Amino acid sequence: MSILINKDTKVITQGITGKTGQFHTEKCQEYANGKECFAAGVNPKKAGESIFGIPIFGSVKEAAAQTGATVSVIYVPPAGAAAAIWEAVEADLDLAICITEGIPVRDMLEVRNKMKAKEAKGGKKTLLLGPNCPGLITPDEIKIGIMPGHIHRKGRIGVVSRSGTLTYEAVAQLTEIGLGQSSAVGIGGDPINGLKHIDVMKAFNDDPDTDAVIMIGEIGGPDEAEAAMWCKANMKKPIVGFIAGVTAPPGKRMGHAGALISGGADTADAKLAIMEECGFTVTRNPSEMAKLLKALLK
Amino acid sequence: MKIHEYQGKEILRKFGVVTPRGIPCFSVDEAVKAAEELGGKIWVVKAQIHAGGRGKGGGVKLARSLDEVREHANAILGMQLITHQTGPEGQKVNRLLVEDGADIKKEYYVAVLTDRATQKVAVMASSEGGMDIEEVAHSTPEKILKEFVDPLVGLTDAQATNLAKGIGVPDGSVAQAVDTLKKLYTCYMETDASLAEINPLILEGNGGIKALDAKFNFDSNALYRHPEIVAYRDLDEEDANEIEASKFDLAYISLDGNIGCLVNGAGLAMATMDTIKLFGAEPANFLDVGGGATTEKVTEAFKIMLKNPKVKGILVNIFGGIMKCDTIANGVVTAAKETHLSVPLVVRMKGTNEDLGKQILKDSGLPIIAADTMAEAAEKIVAAVK
Repeated sequence: MSILINKDTKVITQGITGKTGQFHTEKCQEYANGKECFAAGVNPKKAGESIFGIPIFGSVKEAAAQTGATVSVIYVPPAGAAAAIWEAVEADLDLAICITEGIPVRDMLEVRNKMKAKEAKGGKKTLLLGPNCPGLITPDEIKIGIMPGHIHRKGRIGVVSRSGTLTYEAVAQLTEIGLGQSSAVGIGGDPINGLKHIDVMKAFNDDPDTDAVIMIGEIGGPDEAEAAMWCKANMKKPIVGFIAGVTAPPGKRMGHAGALISGGADTADAKLAIMEECGFTVTRNPSEMAKLLKALLK
Repeated sequence: MKIHEYQGKEILRKFGVVTPRGIPCFSVDEAVKAAEELGGKIWVVKAQIHAGGRGKGGGVKLARSLDEVREHANAILGMQLITHQTGPEGQKVNRLLVEDGADIKKEYYVAVLTDRATQKVAVMASSEGGMDIEEVAHSTPEKILKEFVDPLVGLTDAQATNLAKGIGVPDGSVAQAVDTLKKLYTCYMETDASLAEINPLILEGNGGIKALDAKFNFDSNALYRHPEIVAYRDLDEEDANEIEASKFDLAYISLDGNIGCLVNGAGLAMATMDTIKLFGAEPANFLDVGGGATTEKVTEAFKIMLKNPKVKGILVNIFGGIMKCDTIANGVVTAAKETHLSVPLVVRMKGTNEDLGKQILKDSGLPIIAADTMAEAAEKIVAAVK
C-alpha cells in the first residue's frame, strides 16, 4: 500500500499541451505503470485530439466521466491555475495536484475558501496538493509530478517536505543506504496551499506499509509546529525532522513565497525545538537524515 | 514589492481613506515650495525610505516655519538614515514627503494581512498606535485585536465595528473608523497586497479619522496584473545584486558571511546555508538557480556572487533531477574560466548524470574540489577559506 495514489490510480493532466505539461507527462508515462495511469488530458481548444496516445477532452468533468479518472495534475500557467484547481474540484475528483509556481496568493485564498464552502454545504471534498510543489510518487507504481523517478526505490519509509530538491535529497539518501520509500510527497512552498504536513503525517500513520517518516520543513508559517503537536499525541511511528533556514534572515523571502519569517514562532530554531519536544529525532545536519532514520528502525 | 509612504497614501486616497495633504519632493527647494503650496502654519518633513522606524532614526521632523522646513529638508535629504530595519549601514534618503501637520488626539494601529493558518484575511487593530507593533505584540498581545475575514464575504460591518469599538474609538467616530477599515480591506484585496498597515491611524481633535502613515507590501506573484503598482518600484531602495539576479530569473539574497553558495531549489539552498553554518562559517548569499539552469544562468550566478567582496570561497550544491549534472558541470567550468575564479570552489553534484558531471569537472584542469555529500562539501569549503 501507499498513501493517496497507487498503480491503479487514473490521472487527468490539466495543461497537458503546454511545454511543461508535455515534458513531464512523457516522463510520468515512462515511469512504472504510467502508461496505464495517465488516462486523459484537458484542453478545450484541442478536445478530440490526443497527445502521446492520451485522449484530450474539453473539460475535467468530461475527462473524468469518460475515463473514470479520480486524480488530476495541473501544469496550467499561474494566471489560470486557480481556475484549473476549481475545475477539478467542481468535477468532484478525489485529489488535485497543482505543480504551477507563482500563483497570486489572492487567487489561492479565493479558491481555498470556495473549496471549504463547497464541503460545508455537504459537497464532495477534493484534496489539493500544492501549488508550487513537485507532486508525489509511490515508487515502482506511479509518479505524478516533476521529481526524478530513478532516485526512488520501493520500500517502507514516508517522506514529506515543502521543498522539491530537499525531498529528492532525502529520498536519495534513503535509497543509497538501502531504505526504500512507501510514498514521497512534496506539499509545496506557497503560503496558501492544500495538504499540509499534518495531513500527510496522518496518512502515513494510517498506512500499514509505512514504518517511519522523514518530515522536512522550512522557516515561515505554523504548519510544522501544528503537525508536531498532532504527532506527539497520535503518531505511532518514528520520525526524523529537519527544518531548513536556520541562517535565513527575518523579513526576506527565501525563494519560496512561504519561506518568510514573520513572527518569532516560525523561525527554524523555534520549529526544531517544538519538533524535538514532540518526540521527533531532529537534526541540524540535512546530510544525515537517512542515517538517523535507519538508527531508529528496529 | 515594497513602496514609499507617499505612494501608499496615494493608493489609500484612491480607495477613499482620508490622509493629510502632502507633496513628495526630491530637493530642498521643492520641499519649501511644497510647504508654501500647502499653506498653514505647521508641516511635517518625512524621509521616504522603505524601512520602518524612520521617526526614531531622525527622519521625521515637525516644522513651524518655512525656514524650519528648509532646515529639516536640508538635514534629512541625503542622510544615511539608520533604523532597526535598515541594518547598521542605514539607507540613503533621496525623497521627502512634506505634509500638513495633524491635530492628534489619539493614535491607533490597523493592518491587513493574509493568515496562513486559517487561510483567511486577518484585519488587526490596536489602541497602541504609533509604537513598534512587534513590541506591542510581544509585551501586551491582548492589546492587538483580530478579525478573520472570509474573502468570499468581505469585512462585515459587525467585524469592523468590533475592531473600532474594541480599540476605544469614541462613539461619534466609530462610523468613520468602520468605513476606513472597510476601505482599507478593499484596497488590500484589489491591489493584491500582502501587507497594508496604517500606523498611526489617528483620531483628530474634531473627531475625524485620518491615516498618518501607510506601509504596503505587494504579492510579487500578482504584479503582472498591476502595472500601476510596478510603476511605484524604486530601485534605489533595493540591493543592486538582487535586481541584477532577478533579470536572469535567479533568486538571490545578500547575506553577511564569506561563502558564496549556488544551489538549485529554495529548500536545498537554505539547507546548504545551514550546513555551512553548522561547520563554523557563514553564507555570503542565498542563491537558487531554479529548475532550468543553463550554462549562461550559472555564469551570471557566479558573476553576481563574486561582486560581493566578502566572498572567500564558493560552494555549488546541485541535485540533478530534470536538470542534468553534466549541464551544470559545463556551466560551472565555463563560469569559472570566464570569471577567472581565484577563490576556492567546492562542487557537490547528485542525481541524473552524476558521473558524467564529475568527469567534466575533473577534465577541466581547474582546481575544483569535489564532494559527495552536503556536509562534506561544507566542511571542505570552510577548511579552504580558513
